Amino acid sequence: MFSLLSELFSYSFLVRGLVVGSLVALCAALLGVSLVLKRYSMIGDGLSHVGFGALSVAMALNMAPLAVAVPVVVLAAFLLLRISQNSRLGGDSAIALIASASLAAGVIVTSLTSGLNADVYSYMFGSILAMSEGDVLLSLVLAAVVLILFIVFYNRIFAITFDESFARATGTQVSRYNMLLALLTALTVVIGMRIMGTMLISGLIIFPALTAMRLCRSFKSVVITAAVLSVSAFFLGMVASYAFGTPAGASIVAVNTAFFLIFFLIEKVKGSK
Amino acid sequence: MKETAAADTLIRAEKLTLGYETGTVLRDVDFTVCAGDYLCIVGENGSGKSTLIKAILGLLPPRSGVIRYQNLAEREIGYLPQQTAVQRDFPASVYEVVLSGCANSLGRSPFYSKAQHARAKGNLARLGIAALHKESYRTLSGGQQQRVLLARALCATTKMLLLDEPVAALDPVATDELYTLIRRLNRDEGITVLMVSHDVSCALHDATHVLHLSEHGAAFFGTAADYRKSDVGARFLRCGCAPDFPRIRFGFFEED
Repeated sequence: MFSLLSELFSYSFLVRGLVVGSLVALCAALLGVSLVLKRYSMIGDGLSHVGFGALSVAMALNMAPLAVAVPVVVLAAFLLLRISQNSRLGGDSAIALIASASLAAGVIVTSLTSGLNADVYSYMFGSILAMSEGDVLLSLVLAAVVLILFIVFYNRIFAITFDESFARATGTQVSRYNMLLALLTALTVVIGMRIMGTMLISGLIIFPALTAMRLCRSFKSVVITAAVLSVSAFFLGMVASYAFGTPAGASIVAVNTAFFLIFFLIEKVKGSK
Repeated sequence: MKETAAADTLIRAEKLTLGYETGTVLRDVDFTVCAGDYLCIVGENGSGKSTLIKAILGLLPPRSGVIRYQNLAEREIGYLPQQTAVQRDFPASVYEVVLSGCANSLGRSPFYSKAQHARAKGNLARLGIAALHKESYRTLSGGQQQRVLLARALCATTKMLLLDEPVAALDPVATDELYTLIRRLNRDEGITVLMVSHDVSCALHDATHVLHLSEHGAAFFGTAADYRKSDVGARFLRCGCAPDFPRIRFGFFEED
């Protein structure tokens, strides 16, 4: 086990992936608590599909992938937020619509230009090799921004997550903080989807929060537990991926699933006593 | 002059007309709330009670007419909204929920001050739920949850509470306890209470004033004693008094 770890850390690209990935796992878990409780889980999924479309187009145009994907996904996040708040449009179906439309656009653009090659496969299912040094730097900055903003606005995020009507009535700028949540989610999704893949990044957002909620009784403990679970699952998933040669994103989600099942069983056992 | 005659006026609505893009909901409503009042807002479903709440909270600009606030800063109304499905299963401790009532006084600071923590603790004790402060909100009974939300509302205000169907999901015992608590806050601590309710019999029991909304606007505004004598009050009381009327509805709602 120890030799496996030291081997793992001897590859600089793996270390890069581990650093960026644990930061993304941390951000995703923090935001996920609020998103899951606000019933916005689908937004993460929708955004990753938009991100895929943006990355494919950027690749076809030979532009820096993150420079294109970040603004597009941020814009999509505001749009999705507005749609899911406007019940008349039917939030979930509208998100599914935008998600599959972006995915289709991405697939068409790539098949017309480079063809469905290994790069596209890595966008779909994630690759630890996808990180260049520039990506790492950008990811570090974005992750730091997400973390700092989350901590600074923690109390307000709790207030708008627990009760929007009360927060609005007592003078909290609810829509401003909802936009902040959408913005932070967009940044996290864009950074995270390189490693996790389009299809799996939303698991990183949803699983830790849902797992922590099985057992934790306060919001703060849910947030902290979700963060710890998420980073542990990421790390274990990466080790498993290296040891068994399985794709990183899928391995991480598999570990998250195992954590969820364990917590779920403990909850059931506790509840039946 | 009007202003000097009513130095303790908190809210005065004049010729208030409210509505959405789809149409007008309330027309030409007049009412006044003075410090220490217990105003019950009653009316059938769809009579515009929720719309009026939004307007009082400053979330819906009037189509015409005005709501004047005197001796009452903007957003100084402690609001107790109807509970949502999200909240009933929300993983938060009682203390976290109550403390979040102070969010409107955070200002530029990201974290709560010692004074705000003290206020939250004080309100927990005031409503007799200090022992529950570490409990998880979702494991509490309906009556306890309402007390927690009331404590939170008291963190946001010292003057006025606006309660939206506060007993909707409660059993008769918890309903009685909550009414007693609200009466105590109103009579002993001088907190002005605005309550939107289906339950008219209670309204008359504790309220000092009644605003009865019907589809076109205010059918009655005045003291509770006058309401009992009025035609509209007598008629509404006869049908609203059927003891099972509100509970059947909310029993159904709860299963939903």
